Parts: sequence; structure tokens; C-alpha cells
Amino acid sequence: MSRESQIGRLFVTLADTLVDDFDVVELLHTLAEACVELLDVDAVGLMLADLRGGIQLVAFSPESLQSLEMFELQVDEGPCLDSFRTGEAVVNMSITNALQRWPRFTAEAHAAGIVATHALPLRLRGEIIGAMNLMSASEQMLAEADIALGQALADVATIGLLQQRAIREQSLLAEQLQTALNSRVMIEQAKGVLAERTGTTPAEAFRDLRRYARSSGTTLASVAHAVIEGTLETASQSLGRAPFGRSATAGVDSRLGGFAQHPIH
Amino acid sequence: MISSDRVAHVLADVQADVETVAGVQVVGRLVNACQQALPITGAGLSWLTDHGQRGLVAATDTTAQLVEELQFSLGEGPCIESSQSRRPVLLPDLTRLASQRWPAFTAGALGAGVAAIFAFPLQVGAISVGVMDMYRDVVGPLSVADLAEASAFASAGTIMLLHLQASTRYPDVHPFLATSLISRAEVHQATGMVAVQMDVDLGTALVLLRSRAYAADRDIVDIAHDVVNRRIRFEP
Repeated sequence: MSRESQIGRLFVTLADTLVDDFDVVELLHTLAEACVELLDVDAVGLMLADLRGGIQLVAFSPESLQSLEMFELQVDEGPCLDSFRTGEAVVNMSITNALQRWPRFTAEAHAAGIVATHALPLRLRGEIIGAMNLMSASEQMLAEADIALGQALADVATIGLLQQRAIREQSLLAEQLQTALNSRVMIEQAKGVLAERTGTTPAEAFRDLRRYARSSGTTLASVAHAVIEGTLETASQSLGRAPFGRSATAGVDSRLGGFAQHPIH
Repeated sequence: MISSDRVAHVLADVQADVETVAGVQVVGRLVNACQQALPITGAGLSWLTDHGQRGLVAATDTTAQLVEELQFSLGEGPCIESSQSRRPVLLPDLTRLASQRWPAFTAGALGAGVAAIFAFPLQVGAISVGVMDMYRDVVGPLSVADLAEASAFASAGTIMLLHLQASTRYPDVHPFLATSLISRAEVHQATGMVAVQMDVDLGTALVLLRSRAYAADRDIVDIAHDVVNRRIRFEP
């Protein structure tokens, strides 16, 4: 496959992440491997910011040089971290400068056979979500075109990652909102159900529900749900009330009390 | 997909001084801003759940409030359809077609001076979290540009609801959302009571309450109050 086709294919793959469900780790491995091939570097590492403001290594190609990237994180210095913290590309540093800026990392890199390292930020509209590290075993400057290509690839991946994260967060909040609202309505309904069954008021029924929830160690919402479903045979002894219109002792289980209920859905 | 820059702009405008004004009802500001930005007479935002429950969060005026209450009382209306179909329901002239689809709602809305209604669902993916109802007292459609703007406001409304949820400790409900729960508490309680009285499920019980209210030409909240206070009893 020609280089142009490879690039084209990769953009399509990355762009797919914007629409489909996708696997973050898979995406990043694809990106890392493609960069090794297309940018003529020998290793690529990808780091993503975690929720606590730190950064984690998420993908590396080839696996054999992964420990170098881990070392960078461990000693908290290196081009990838700089790129992440500044949001700027860190490219084509001379060896002298690299030694000065990241003494421990550069020394380890040399020991692993890496001579040149570059880093590009994963960035979208001011939000920096990580960085991409490109490493070479030869003293190699990245051409402008290659830097641009690398950044373009990283940008597409970033969009996908941020969208996925936003969608996940929003969906979670939407579900919480629904559940919280539905629960509140259900509690009111359960007050009515219980009030009618025991011949009391909704206010008194609410006190019974709360008391039962406390003593059984369950949530008010789940007690309400059970009352509505008819699976909780409450009302009488357990809630301290005589059932409306029935003898308090007729056919009653001393612990749960109550009478058979039709489930109310 | 609405330009997220426009949505961000709407949100920024509405929340400009929120830090300095404690407890300000930001959703109230949103519907007011919406009414000012568009050629509409009023707007309201309601939350909706997948169980068919709903509540008003904010409205620009009493007519907008009535539009929400009618739909709750009758269980029919454009915003219900909007949320179910997950698409805007645009009715530039309420006298046409609407009376066939939602006869009781249309009669009530026209009686209150509503001539056109535009309902926008508040969606998060496949989940409907609410609706924004915009109305005008004269017939006429919204322009393409207005529709885009209205959609931006709807998106902003969605984000606002999610922000409210994010700022609340689950499973609590944010106070702005709880007001409608409190004002309709007796309706839900009455639903439970009627379900037992008539030995039916809750959905059917609510329909029975609505029918009783409609037949008596009374608000469902009033009927519910009577049920809870045992002045009205449903017999099978």
C-alpha cells in the first residue's frame, strides 16, 4: 500500500471513532503503530491525562521500549511530560539541550538506543488531554511535513477521545437525573398506596415508610418500590398499624404482618 | 447538530453573574433569554422521565406555565410527542391539525391565547430528559435561523439540567427540579390511593384521575387534593 493510502486509511479509522462505539485502547494502539510506520520513527508512546490531573501511559509501540516511557513518568521529566504540561510540540531538540532539560530521561533513552525524541500534545480547543512521544534510534530531525502529519493524527484521535468521555459523562448524569426524579414520584405514589391500604393519611404513611427503611437498612426508594410492587407485605405489624378494614391478627405473620397484596405496577 | 459555540454563548450569557447572585434560578434566565432572542411570546422548560413523569422547571409567564400544566393534566400535547419521537414538534398554527391530534389540549391552549407552539426535546443520546415549549400568540412559523437558535437554547437547557444534576448529591433532586414534585405531590399520592381503591395499576389510576378532572372541568391538582383528603373516593 502506498504511503498516501496508508495515511488515508488511518484517518478513516480514526474518524470512525467519532461515530461508533469504540475501544480507547484499541484506538491508541492503532495510532501508535501507524505513527511508527508513517513517520519513520522507531517507537511511539501515548499518554493520557487521568482524572486526578496526572498522566498515564496508555499505549506504546513497540512493546519493547515501553519501559522507557514508564521511566519518563517515574522520574517526572521528559519531552512527553513537557508537551502535556505546556500544550506545545517539543521537537528536534539537540542532544545537548535534551541532556540539559531532561538529564535522567535522556541518559536512559541513550542506554535504550534512542537518540532523538519528539513529543506532540493531544489537544482540542485549549483542553490538553495527553501527549504523544515519538522516538528514533537514529539522529533524525522530523521534517515539517511529518510534524504536521503527526499532529493531525493526534488531533483526530483527541476529538474521538473527548467526545467519548463527554458522552459517557452526560449519559451517566442523564440516567441519574431520571432515576432520582422517578424515585421521588414513586415515593409519593407509595405514600398514597400505603395510606389507602391502612386507612391513614399520606403523611402518616410516609412516617411508616421512613421508619421501615431505617429499621431494615434499605433506601426509601426501594421500600417505596416494594410497596408499589406488593412484594413487601407491610402495613400492619411491621409498620405498627392495624390494617384498614381487617382484623389486626387474622392470618398474620408476626414479623412481616400484612395481607396478600395485588402488585401495583 | 447545533454549533456548540452558539450553545456555549447562550450558557455564558445566562450565567454571567451567577457567582454573585446566590440561588438564582438559571433555568428561569434561560427561558427569558430564549423569549427575548426569538419571535415568541413565551417559553417554558420541563423535565420528563422515561416513566412518563414530568415537572415544570421554569416558565416566562403564566401562559407558558399553563401549556405545561395542560399537558400534565390531560396527558396529551405536542411536547409529549416531541419527547417520544425525539424530534421537535412545530405547530405554526394551532388551529390546524393540532385539534385532531390533541383535541383537549388544543382547546385549552387556544382558549389561553396560544396560536402557535414549538416543542423541542431535551435529549442526551437516546435519553429524553425534558422539553422546551415555546409559544406565540400569533400564528406563523419560525424561520430557519430561528429554528437553529431555538435548538441552541434547547441544547443549552439540556446541559443546564445535567449541570443541576451534577451539582446535586445523587439520589437527591436539585431544588429547582423539586418544586414541581412538591406542588404535584398530592397528584402522585392520589394516584397511589386510586390504584388501591380501583385495584388497577398506577398508569390506569392516573388516567382515571385525569378523566375525573376533565369531566368535572377541574384541575387535576384540585381533584387529587380531594382524593387525599378523602372527600372523593373512586369505586370500582
